[in-house]
Amino acid sequence: MIDAGFVSPASRIQRGMKRFDPRLYQIGALTLLLLYGIVVLDFDVTLLRAALLVGTAIGMQALCSRFRHVAFDPRSAAISGLSLSLLLRSQSLVLLLAGAVIAVASKFIVRVRGKHLFNPTNIAIVALMLMTNRVWVSPGQWGNAAFLGFLIACIGGLVVNRAARSDVTCAFIVSWTALIIGRALWVGDPLTIPIHRLENGALLLFTFFMISDPKTTPDSRAGRILFAALVAFGGWYINYRLFRTNGILWSLAASALVVPIIDALLPAARYRWRIPAAAAPALHDQSLATAA
Amino acid sequence: MSKRIIILIVTFFAAAHAHAFCGFYVAKGDAKIFNRASQVVIVRDQDRTVMTMANDFQGSARDFAVVIPVPTKIERGQIHVAEKALIDHLDAYSSPRLVEYFDPDPCAVAERQMDMAAPRAAVTEAITVTKRDRAKSLGVTIEARYTVGEYDILILSAKQSNGLETWLVENGYTLPKGAAPVLESYIRQNMHFFVAKVNLGEQARLGFNYLRPLQVAYESPKFMLPVRLGTVNASGPQELFAYVITTGGRVETTNYRTVKLPSDVDVPLFVRNDFAPFYKALFTQQVTREEMSAVFLEYAWDMNWCDPCASEPLSRDELRKLGVFWLAADNAAKGVFLTRLHVRYDHAHFPEDLVFQQTGDTQQFQARYVIHHPANPGNCDAAAAYRRELRERQEHEAKNVAELTGWKVGDMRQRMHLNAAISPAPEKKWWEKIW
Repeated sequence: MIDAGFVSPASRIQRGMKRFDPRLYQIGALTLLLLYGIVVLDFDVTLLRAALLVGTAIGMQALCSRFRHVAFDPRSAAISGLSLSLLLRSQSLVLLLAGAVIAVASKFIVRVRGKHLFNPTNIAIVALMLMTNRVWVSPGQWGNAAFLGFLIACIGGLVVNRAARSDVTCAFIVSWTALIIGRALWVGDPLTIPIHRLENGALLLFTFFMISDPKTTPDSRAGRILFAALVAFGGWYINYRLFRTNGILWSLAASALVVPIIDALLPAARYRWRIPAAAAPALHDQSLATAA
Repeated sequence: MSKRIIILIVTFFAAAHAHAFCGFYVAKGDAKIFNRASQVVIVRDQDRTVMTMANDFQGSARDFAVVIPVPTKIERGQIHVAEKALIDHLDAYSSPRLVEYFDPDPCAVAERQMDMAAPRAAVTEAITVTKRDRAKSLGVTIEARYTVGEYDILILSAKQSNGLETWLVENGYTLPKGAAPVLESYIRQNMHFFVAKVNLGEQARLGFNYLRPLQVAYESPKFMLPVRLGTVNASGPQELFAYVITTGGRVETTNYRTVKLPSDVDVPLFVRNDFAPFYKALFTQQVTREEMSAVFLEYAWDMNWCDPCASEPLSRDELRKLGVFWLAADNAAKGVFLTRLHVRYDHAHFPEDLVFQQTGDTQQFQARYVIHHPANPGNCDAAAAYRRELRERQEHEAKNVAELTGWKVGDMRQRMHLNAAISPAPEKKWWEKIW
């Protein structure tokens, strides 16, 4: 139907979007956020460190691709490296680089039915936090001032993502907001408190760039909504019942273990990155093949 | 007689004192820098917390009482009274400081460096309230009542804030408007309360004419500082200094941005005599820059050593008295890491209580400003170059101080007598330099 003579500008844009790999947008947005963090917010990370993290992640991706005989694609690894630069803090460069190695390696090693189980950045952070107290995540580092700009960047991501897997993001936002506001109403707090908690850069980063990862969320829409609600509840419980920090990061890693069960109960077709048809099959395509 | 819930905060300069490395610190006295300030020491390892709250209540002790929310049920024995000098010492030890250096005479090589001390801001908070019981019908149970030092302590467990509010009012206290919803929120979050008021007889017997800090020890995963009650009836922003002592690693807030105060900046000589207004203006400027939404890091240091030290480090005994319980167990393996956080807050910008986390960051940090005393060289060759560099440096210092404080750079130049003081010597002709 697209070939039928006249093509409206809107559908032309849509077609353009379909061809556009959302990962490129993510790389651009994460890079801008990182620069903003370093220059304006004085993040405890240098450009050199960030470059080393991205480089290590890409290097690891190349190594693993060769080892597993799949085509090398640096995009996901670059996203992992950038995300780690934004989130993971340590005085030790070795630990940070270990994070990049764990992130990429986890995609190749921890697989269930041909699909990697954990969000690479998430598992790297959680694994390192479990192993040592020399790494940390600063959920307060973004402050609330830059919230609006941040939100725009994130929503841009959603648009580019063509709502492909935006359902998980939306379901998480709804669940998380309901839990935060619900608790405030229950304890009788003024709404300024839950709003302050929601206007958080780290939360947005998680919502739009981490939990939305289509490769590690359930295949079916119902499954994804269930998964998002589970992550939100777990994170809320850790933050506000157990009074520990970074609840959503812990919760995402724990909830990932349930994804194969959700997929078994609610099966659907697996997600594929939109890549040019001519490109060689990358890891995910191979995983499709092996799953078949 | 009606008593008030008072939120009070005071500040002072404690005298810091000479010491350490290749120079010494000089103290400045008795300026009140920050108004409405409070000082809290939080000692924490695992889930065990000892909190020390300093009062610098200036009114009549008869009117003083404080309601303190705590995360767990408190038993007799978990509340203690500490010496004010401990917090003063901690303050002096960790306060932002001015360091003084002397330029070597470019004509003769002589070098000397000096350091000088800084003021610091101290604080105290008190939320005054009350006593007595009719209690249970209101859902307020007085779990225990006893005297510690000069304080009468009432440990309350309340099920409803209106019960607690009624009880407080019936016992002669006027709650500030807006306190009841906050109390309600705390009760619903399973917080508990204790009320401390001054026992005048005990105070007279002990001979103190000021109120000593109250300490409370509890075990809870909540690593937080309740500040909401303090913002309820405040007429403007308040200052809070939190000294957090952990076994290792800087502490930061997880629900607000933690920002390092600018440090290691060269400033003009006049700051030496005006360090208090300088520091105050600097802090205000940083608060404005961060839109009053950040917590500031002023000091982060392993307390096992300091070089330089603005003040004598705290002794093991002092630390133990501040509640560093792992020292009491003689557990030498655990460190003592101090983080000093300074926040100016009000209800609009800090709607929720401060929540903390310990990071793995053990890098030392102190807010430190540097002055350089120029040399007074003769007329050697090096002197001309020195004067030129000096003029540039002073211009730089004027800009620095203006940038840090928001003061006008023109005023700074004027105060530094920049146009008059140093007229660069006429440069020698090239041939004059040959022989």
